[in-house]
Parts: sequence; structure tokens; C-alpha cells
Amino acid sequence: MSGTGVASVSVALAGSGGAGVMTAGNLLLQATAQAGWYGLMVRSSGPQIRGGEAAALLRIATRPVDCLDDRFDLVIAVDWENVHRFADEIPLDARSLMVGDPDHGSPPEVFAQCGAPLAQIPFKRMAKAIPGSWPNMIMLGVAARLIGLPPETLKSIVRKSYKRGAEGLAASLAAVDAGVSAAAELPETLRLVSPRRAEKPRWLITGNEAAGFGAVRGGVRFVAAYPITPATEVLEWLAPTLASVGGALVQAEDELASINMAIGASFGGVPALTATAGPGLSLMTEALGLAVAAEVPVIVLDVMRGGPSTGIPAKSEQGDVSIALNGLHGDAPRIVVAPTSIADCLTATQWAVHLAERLQAPAIVLSDQYLGQTRAVVDRPADVSFKAERVLAVPHAEGYKRYAATESGISPAAVPGTPGNAYTAEGLEHNERGIPSSQSRDHLAQLAKRERKLRQHDYGRHWAEVEGQGDTAVLTFGSCTGPAREALARAAEQGVHARLVSMRLLSPAQPERLAKALAGVRRVLVVEQNHSAQFHRYLRADFDLPGEVRSFHRAGPLPIRPDEIYQRITEWSRA
Amino acid sequence: MSKAKAGSARRTGVHRTVRARGGRQTAGMSRPEGRADFLARAWTMEVEAAERYASFADAMDEHNNREVAELFRKLARIEQLHADQLLEESRTKRAPAVPLRWDGGREGPETAAPEELHYRMQPYHALQIALACEKRANKFFAEFASKTTDAKVRKAAREMAAEEAEHVRLIEDWLKRTPPPDKDWEHDPDPPFVSD
Amino acid sequence: MESRMSSAAAAAPLTWQAFKSDYKPIWCPGCGDYSVLNSATKAFATLGLRPENVAVVSGIGCSSRIPAYTSCYGFHGVHGRALAAGTGLKIARPDLTVLVAGGDGDGYSIGGNHFLHACRRNVDLTYVVMDNHVYGMTKGQPSPTTEPDWDSKLSPGGTGLRTFHPLVIALAAGANFIARAFSGNPNESAQILAEAIRTPGFSFVEILSPCVTFRPEQRDWKNLVRPAPVAATDDPARAARRIMTDDGFNIGVLYKGGRKPYQPPSGKATKHLAELEAEFTI
Repeated sequence: MSGTGVASVSVALAGSGGAGVMTAGNLLLQATAQAGWYGLMVRSSGPQIRGGEAAALLRIATRPVDCLDDRFDLVIAVDWENVHRFADEIPLDARSLMVGDPDHGSPPEVFAQCGAPLAQIPFKRMAKAIPGSWPNMIMLGVAARLIGLPPETLKSIVRKSYKRGAEGLAASLAAVDAGVSAAAELPETLRLVSPRRAEKPRWLITGNEAAGFGAVRGGVRFVAAYPITPATEVLEWLAPTLASVGGALVQAEDELASINMAIGASFGGVPALTATAGPGLSLMTEALGLAVAAEVPVIVLDVMRGGPSTGIPAKSEQGDVSIALNGLHGDAPRIVVAPTSIADCLTATQWAVHLAERLQAPAIVLSDQYLGQTRAVVDRPADVSFKAERVLAVPHAEGYKRYAATESGISPAAVPGTPGNAYTAEGLEHNERGIPSSQSRDHLAQLAKRERKLRQHDYGRHWAEVEGQGDTAVLTFGSCTGPAREALARAAEQGVHARLVSMRLLSPAQPERLAKALAGVRRVLVVEQNHSAQFHRYLRADFDLPGEVRSFHRAGPLPIRPDEIYQRITEWSRA
Repeated sequence: MSKAKAGSARRTGVHRTVRARGGRQTAGMSRPEGRADFLARAWTMEVEAAERYASFADAMDEHNNREVAELFRKLARIEQLHADQLLEESRTKRAPAVPLRWDGGREGPETAAPEELHYRMQPYHALQIALACEKRANKFFAEFASKTTDAKVRKAAREMAAEEAEHVRLIEDWLKRTPPPDKDWEHDPDPPFVSD
Repeated sequence: MESRMSSAAAAAPLTWQAFKSDYKPIWCPGCGDYSVLNSATKAFATLGLRPENVAVVSGIGCSSRIPAYTSCYGFHGVHGRALAAGTGLKIARPDLTVLVAGGDGDGYSIGGNHFLHACRRNVDLTYVVMDNHVYGMTKGQPSPTTEPDWDSKLSPGGTGLRTFHPLVIALAAGANFIARAFSGNPNESAQILAEAIRTPGFSFVEILSPCVTFRPEQRDWKNLVRPAPVAATDDPARAARRIMTDDGFNIGVLYKGGRKPYQPPSGKATKHLAELEAEFTI
């Protein structure tokens, strides 16, 4: 380890047919985290369920990173089978280094053309020479050596995670050593600067796990689950966790059942959540309208993926903005919250639980596949005190009106079991007592109540992350925040200063707060990862944006890269 | 009409060496009409086997198991060669127009089952599958020869049985030259990947 | 591969290979669905069908990938709604042969409601469920036919729920043809499928199709299946007794009723559009 070196290195590991690429990537990430660095790992794979071509895309750095870089420094392939499939996700150039097994194919044309030098290491032959070892462990040793990860740290992680017996472990460790030695002749230009001493506690976590954790911290104790890519891990993490905190998770027969189960549980007073993706959210829209009308809190975590319809299930996209904001029939105000990073999945979900319970309305949390399934080293998120605090009716409240048109719009809720306050929750329009009504007076009163209770709430500073100064601003949300932040940091180094506003609260819209955050701004670049600029359209509908507004939008599956935002900001600012 | 007994065993090759009770049954054939007809049915057997190996090769290719894909392609070529030879011997001008079906809902005795595959299988496993196929084919023809009343068909069946016995020997030799599977051949450290 | 036929050869019956497309399945090697694909295409060939007159309709899941692997028309729809789509297609186009296909998760869980009503409607189509007692595509969660004590991440320790009995439900809901097949007996399955397609009305075929990745123990199914001890019955009461006591491994046609299939509209107009105006004319 040294004081010289690079601040960030991007490594792609590739292989197929059960080569163990993801395992190697995870070990590398864990080891670099152990050593004190930050980093993240994205997984990519062919369509096969097993044995497919696979790539682990890692970025390791001396400071927290929220996104992949613009290019890769290093690609190591146990074999080159179908690696061309990942070409768009692994941009290389002449400064990159390729390492491959000479006995197992050669780099795809698109890689060969970029001018990156190719080093040959016979992974499979070397693994065969160490009985009981695997080529991916040789690859791991090579990667460790190249990026300056101390082999001993890597080996301690291998020891900790190895589950298959002492002989196999010894062989794996020997393979790591062999890889380290084999890389001795390779360039040292990719070695990382030594990590700084960690000042605060850090976590290794995915956005899906963080969201589940945030839900539990917020007070969720009932989850109804229906598996769907890429949300299934939230539910799998919650299954044993909820049991351990005295809650319950039920696997439902479909999304219609899961949302209705959650609403039922919430009607009973237990904060409830379900997690899904686009197709599931589409199914849930009717029930969400019911939650609005009957004023039952419920939280839906939507881990967005490529759409429309079945779309691209294992890839990220920010295409559910429209349905989250507008997808319910009738006038049905609801809360929409978008985590700004992997760690923020915890805070945002916890906040969403609090808001849903306080305002007695459904809350949709717009995460996405990138946030949900990327594993990252993050500074431990600061604790927030948000929790479920439903305003409850006192027993035997005189003349109790469940849907009383109070000034705040929030009417105390009676939970079944509370004597003297029994009422029927209603999807039909109703009067203040909850009796169905088709009278215009009642309809107006209830519509206004449900709208007022959301609008008048003070959402505080969490409505957005506002950073930086300047008369140019980047306005975005969700997983585009990471690349935007990085782009602006680079721009600042070049003397171009711009603000970042990453909106965490999308609904109800906060036009006054945004106006304040953009005071003095002459150029607004709206950034989002979908084809029809859904976020931009929402901004135009509900806000007055200052100055000139441009939209940078592109559908998935490829992430928006920092350089794409950097170029646009600097060119525009200098124009 | 010859029908294999219910419960006749079939080696599963890759994963088990225990004889399976009530396992997949070998095929039966309705009474052929003379030698030429018998040979045409034998031809069907070889062609089905060849096509099955070819589809195995495709499945292995799709799962990046190149070595075994190549081996299955080789086996497919070999079976096709056998089929071509039979066609010549039967002295028919061309292949039977309508694919002949096996009775009892079975596949041909020389046809390997798709369930035998594993994406991480090694050449040794593939040859074990082929060996089982050839042994079944040999057994089938031997039993057929012992049961038929048509002298010409019996002679043809005996010749086929001998032919298949030779194939058994060839595969056994091939196996001797093939490294046995690694201890951990099945192990894949990565979890399955979801794409729907 | 005979995927294109000259008009001269068009009259000749097609081999089953002609019903397969060039796309190679992504199914794990060893998956029972490979054999089911073979059985289905063999059934089509046996019946003398033509690929352009067959529609394979599916939902979401591993088994639901099957349409693209045939050379027939295919519809890869949303999760659980294949029977609804297939019903609409068959009613609008009674001339087509419609095969609806999917897995146990797609069919009995999210598709459960449509399953009930498809049996009841008795539209002339065939529904094939490749049952492997698990949700394969989303990494191994219990399905309605999973044993109650099968441990998984989503239901640790098992669901504790009684399994869904699809054949019983099908009979109670009015299915006209009920059979069980096993992917390990592909030619037998082809015969069962052919009979199912040939039989008018709603034909339900559950094909046990082991999942080699999430339920490797299902390799043992070949030792557990047996030919159904009695021939198919047309008496619902007898079928009910038989199916209620069935252990899930009896192979064969179990029930073949005589219900009249749903009659689609004739497609012939009996009124001119101009005549319709008479209703409103003062």
C-alpha cells in the first residue's frame, strides 16, 4: 500500500459456465471494504439461469462512490465466452488493461479494437495445477495484485466466507497466492492510493436490504410478498427479519393479493408494506386507490426495471415516474418518495413509512434495479427518528367521525379493537362518518380533505438533497444522483460551479421549496433514465422552473455516466 | 409384439449408480414386415439418436460448455454415419417417408434423455450417457432376435446386436482414454441468475 | 430443419422437428421442459397440424418461454393471464388450434382465478402446466404445489400450507379432459397431448417436469411415477373419488367427459348495419 496511486479503479471480472465470477467479485468487494476502501459491485449476466456468461462490474475508491465510472481500467476474463454481450457495459480504451486466459478464447472484436493491451494468464491451467482450486480464485489473486489490495486481507475474507471444508480452503488460498504471483510482472499503474482510516462506521449493503431495514426501523410489522425481479431480495431479507421482530411476512398468490393483504393488515393498525416492480405496481393501482379513498396507510416499494410491460427485468430504468404520480383513476393524491442513493434507500423508506402512517395514505417508494441490487460500501447512514405514528382515535370518542374534515385533513383513525369507535372503511365516496354518499357536498369535502392533508404537511429538509452553488443546476432523482454528483465535483475542479437538486419527495410536489433551491439559477439540466422524459414532464406540469431548461434523458439498460452530465454542464455553462 | 417388462432398469449415468426401479422403460416395436422394414426401423433409431445428440450439443453450447458440446456433435455425427450405413444395407432408395413411432409411448432405446444433462457435465459424463444408450440398443436387438419368428428378421436383429456390441466396446475404449470427472465438477460458486 | 415448405411439399405431413424454431432454449440442461417441447411438437406432427394454424399462448416463468421455441404463432403475455388471452384468441378465431402453456406458479397462483373459469367455460383449447413445484424464474420460491415443509428464503421452514390439487380443482370447476403426464416419458406425453388437443372442450394436462436447479431431488420422480391403475373414466363422481385419492404420480388420462364445448359465435352476420338504425329511427 502506498501514498501514490489512483483514487478510483474500475475492474470488470468475466467468465461463463459456472466460473464463479460473481463470487469472485463479491470477495473482492468485501476484501477492499475490509482494507478500508469504498466501492460497489454491479452484476450482469446472460439470459441463462445457470452457466451463462457473467460479468461482475466493480469500482473501488478511496472515497464513497455512488455510481460506476465512465470507463473500466481493467477487465479480467477467466474465459471470453460471449463477453461481447457486455461490451456496452464495459467501455474500454487504450489506457485500460485486459487480462485473459490464452487457452480459452480471445477478447471480442470490440475490446480488441480499443487499443488496450492484453496480458495472458492461463487461469484454468494454473487452477488444475492446484488440485481442488478454481480459476476464479486465481483471477481474484491477479485482481488483488493489480489494484494494490494486500493479499493477506483478501485471504482473510476468503477464509471467513469459505463453506466447503479445510482442503478446499487451502487450495483456494494457494490459488489466490498463485494469482498474485502471476500478476507480479504486470503494470502497477492501477494501484489504489492507500485507504484513509475509517472515521465512521461503514456498511456493506444493497439498496434492497437497506430499504427492508428502513421499513423495519420505521415500524413495518406486516409484509405481503409476491416474488418479482428485481424486488425479490427485499422480501427474502424481510422474511426472517420480520419474524425476529415479532412481525409477519406472507407469500401471497399474486400482487393483487399482496397489496390487498397489506391494506387489510394496515386497517388493523399494523404498518404494512409490499415490494414489487413495474408490472406488479400496475396490478396494484386499483387497491392503491382504495387506500387513498379509505385513508389506509400502506407502503409500496417499487424497484423499477426496464419497461414497458415485461420489459427488461434484470436491468435498471426510471420509467415508473408517470404511473407512480398519475396511475390511479379519479383524483387520488398519494405520497411518492425516491431514494437518492443505495444508503438512502434506508432513510427514504423509513421516512415513507412515517409519512404514510402520519398522513393515512399510500406511499410509493421509487427505487430501481441499480440501487436495489448493487452492493456498496457506504458510510453508516445517520439515524433518523421517523417512525409510524398514526393519529389514533381515543376510545368512546363522542360522536366519532372517522373521516372528519379537520383543518389539517388528518382525522384520528380508530383501530379495530378500540371500543366505541367502530366504523366501516370505505372505497365508496362517503360522508365524515364513513357512510357511502353520492352528495356533491360530501365528495368535495373528502376530496379537499385528502388533498389538504398531504399538501399542508411540513416535509422538512428531506424533500430533496440540495448541494453546491452556481447559476447552473442539475435537477434529478434516484440513481441518477450519483453520476450527477460526481459530474459536478469534476466540473468544480475545472472552475465550473453548479448546483445539484436531487428530489426525494416527488408527490406532493413542493414548488415553493424548489423555487427557493433554484433561486438565481439561469440554466436547469433535468437528468433521468427513461425514454419519454417523464420526470421533466412532471416538473413542467407542477413547477415553474427558472431560466432555460434542458432535458438529458435516456432509457436503460445502460446507466447514465458522470462524463455525460459533466460534458453537458461544462459546455452549457461556458456557452 | 415385444414389450420390455415394466420395471426394467435403466442406468441414469451421471448422478446415480443405483439401479432405478420402475425407471424409464425401453421401447417396443410392433411386428415388422420383413427385413427391409426392420432395417428401416433400426435406421429410425439411429437418426433419433443422432438428432438427440445434436440438440444436446446445442444446449451445451448455450450454456458455454464447449468441450461437451463438441463431444455431443461428434456422437451425433457417428450416429448419423450408422444411419447412413443402415440405409445402404437395407437397399432402399431413400429414408422412410413417415417417421416410425415406438410403441408404448417410449423413445428409441438408443435415444438419450434430456434429463441426463447438467450444464457443468464433463466429457466423461457424456460418454457414460452414450455407453448406456449403446448398451440398451444392444440389449434391445438381442431380445428382439430371441423373440421374432421371422428368420430373415432374426438374422438382421442379430447383426444389429453385434453391431451395437461393437459400439459398446468403442465407447468403453473412449472412456478409458477420457479423464474421470473432477471431484467438484458440479460445483458452481455463483447463485442462479434471474432474468424474468 | 423444415421451417420453409415449397408448395409442392406443402401437402406432405410435417415431422415434429418442423414445429421447432431455430431459437435455442435458455432452460438449464436437464430441465424437463426440453422433453415437453419435444412432446408438444410431436403431438402437433401426429395430428397433422400446420405451424401457422397453431398458437402457443403463455404467461411468465421458465416454462412460459416455450412459444418462441416452436415455429408456431406464439403469445408471451403477462404473468398468470395466459388462459384469458388464449380464451379470447380461441373464441375470436375458432379455426386455430390453441395451446396454452405455463408453469405451476403462473398457472395456479396468480393464474388461479383464470384457471377456475377456463375449466368452467370449456372453450376448446388445451392447457399444459409444466409442474415442478417451485417458482423457477424468480430463484426458487414455493409455488402452490410445493410441499408444505420445503424450506425457502421467502417461506423459511416451509409454507405450512396444504398443496393445491390442480386436478381436483379442474374436475370440480368443470374441465372436460384431465390428464397427468411426465416429462421423462416424452412419447407417452406426446400421445396424451395429442389426445387432449383432439378432444373438444377444455383439456387440462399437468406435466410433471423436474426443475434440475431448484429441486434437484426431483430427479427421483422417474422412480415415483406410475401408469394410472385404471382407464380414463367419463363419470365425474368416479373421477372425483380417484383424483381425490391420487398421490400426484399417476400418469395417464384420468377423466374424459362428454360436456359440450363452448360454442363460439358462427361469425355469420344476420343483420346489415343499416338495419340497426331502425331501433333509433323515430
